Amino acid sequence: MDWSPILISMKTAGLSIVVTFFLGILAAWLVVSLKREALKMVLDGILTLPLVLPPTVAGFFLLYLFGVKRPLGQFFLEYFSVKIAFSWGATVIAAVTMSFPLMYRSARGAFEQVDENLVQAARTLGMGEWTIFWKILMANAVPGIVSGGVLAFARGLGEFGATAMIAGNIAGKTRTLPMAVYSEVAAGNMDSAYQYVAVIVVIAFLSVIAMNRAAAGNARRG
Amino acid sequence: MKKPRLITGKQGLLLFAAAVAAAGMLAGCGKSGSSGQTAASGTTAAAATEAVTEAEAEKETKGETEAAETGTAVTETAADQEEVTILVAAAASLKNACEEELIPMFEEQNPGVKVEGTYDGSGKLQTQIEEGLEADVFMSAATKQMTALDEEGMIASDTIVDLLENKIVLIVPEGGEEGFSVFEDIASAESIALGDPASVPAGQYAEEALTALGIWDEIQDRVSLGTNVTEVLNQVAAGSADAGIVYATDAAGMADQVTVVAEAPEGSLKAKVIYPVAVVKATAHEEQAGAFVEFLQSAEALKVFETYGFADGR
Repeated sequence: MDWSPILISMKTAGLSIVVTFFLGILAAWLVVSLKREALKMVLDGILTLPLVLPPTVAGFFLLYLFGVKRPLGQFFLEYFSVKIAFSWGATVIAAVTMSFPLMYRSARGAFEQVDENLVQAARTLGMGEWTIFWKILMANAVPGIVSGGVLAFARGLGEFGATAMIAGNIAGKTRTLPMAVYSEVAAGNMDSAYQYVAVIVVIAFLSVIAMNRAAAGNARRG
Repeated sequence: MKKPRLITGKQGLLLFAAAVAAAGMLAGCGKSGSSGQTAASGTTAAAATEAVTEAEAEKETKGETEAAETGTAVTETAADQEEVTILVAAAASLKNACEEELIPMFEEQNPGVKVEGTYDGSGKLQTQIEEGLEADVFMSAATKQMTALDEEGMIASDTIVDLLENKIVLIVPEGGEEGFSVFEDIASAESIALGDPASVPAGQYAEEALTALGIWDEIQDRVSLGTNVTEVLNQVAAGSADAGIVYATDAAGMADQVTVVAEAPEGSLKAKVIYPVAVVKATAHEEQAGAFVEFLQSAEALKVFETYGFADGR
């Protein structure tokens, strides 16, 4: 069995979860601290969009942004000599884009669950906003954030549609596990496909178990 | 503390149910048109047309048995004889010629027969037919897939015709011609798009030609394998790939976005690029499917193919 799709998928999912983790929490905190309801709703809608759009549509937008003939793609090409389309980096961009809403929503939900009184009390005690973020919000939201992280990781691992559009299918470079399964089935190599499917199922199963344990942690605290 | 909700739980549930019902009705009423190149649309459109052809087949057999039982005149079956829909599974490179001219031509000459087309990599179509896709006609871009299905007993062998001939060419995005003048220059491209040789005939031919030229192995680390030749074409047109190999007919269809560098050198392909067509054995509309295959061999159909860049392969 060719191990490269598994390695590539782990690398991609590994990097993308780190990026998604921070971006998601940051975005959640931003939205939660917004005062105006209208702005909150609009921003929330935009940030959740990749979750509800079909991956191929999201991939279309990514290509629209980062494609070689597009402004951002041209920018990266000229100033960093990096072509995003068909590069390994593109798999990470696709995975981050598709898993971001999951992380963002989980984090936001976890933050909003934190008792408002604790935050207000901290403010009367003179705690700075940053300290409040770390010691009150994050501390209480950890279970929700962890389960969001696991979900986002699994989503990033399983990303296919958007990846196919912007990263292409280069064996040893951008062929992730889901793409390998797709290629093997299209070629009629069901045995190879089964092997990759088994790997994905095991990883997905472990993710669900991890998520349940994190949620159990949430219940205990609640 | 609980925040005031925009929509209450009950209202939300009703809204959701209404939305699902509306979507269901829209999907039911909507026409299941011909599919695109992507897998998702390919399989869902195929499944939808499968359902349509199934329903049509049911209606016909029911009408026939009724007439046989009651012994009434043909008028009863003629009265509820609706139009027959046949599904043509054809290689992606045939989509434009079929959808734009050939299918409308055939439908005009044969009122009462509707033709739906599903276009994708020939290998994918072969797998779909093996897994039960109710196609009536199959036209692949290589003899490999047709022969495979024939050996599995899924093709009406006596209807196989090697209909068309095509050529493979090296293309680059419009404006990216620098450094490319001969077919072998593909090796100097930084990213290459090819069809997956395992399932896409265009990829098969590309592998054959490039192996004969001795450059197949060295390009492997930069090759993105597409699931059908149209995908490869679009990737080059978008500039994602610096070079690709497609059919001359595909390049002609997107002449404003891609530039043809060269044809595969003489002798690099053992055999010509042949497109066979045949009736699928399990068809429920043998007559109409046969008529379509016959039509494709007619002089006017071949003239249409020629305008798209195909050559007569017989």
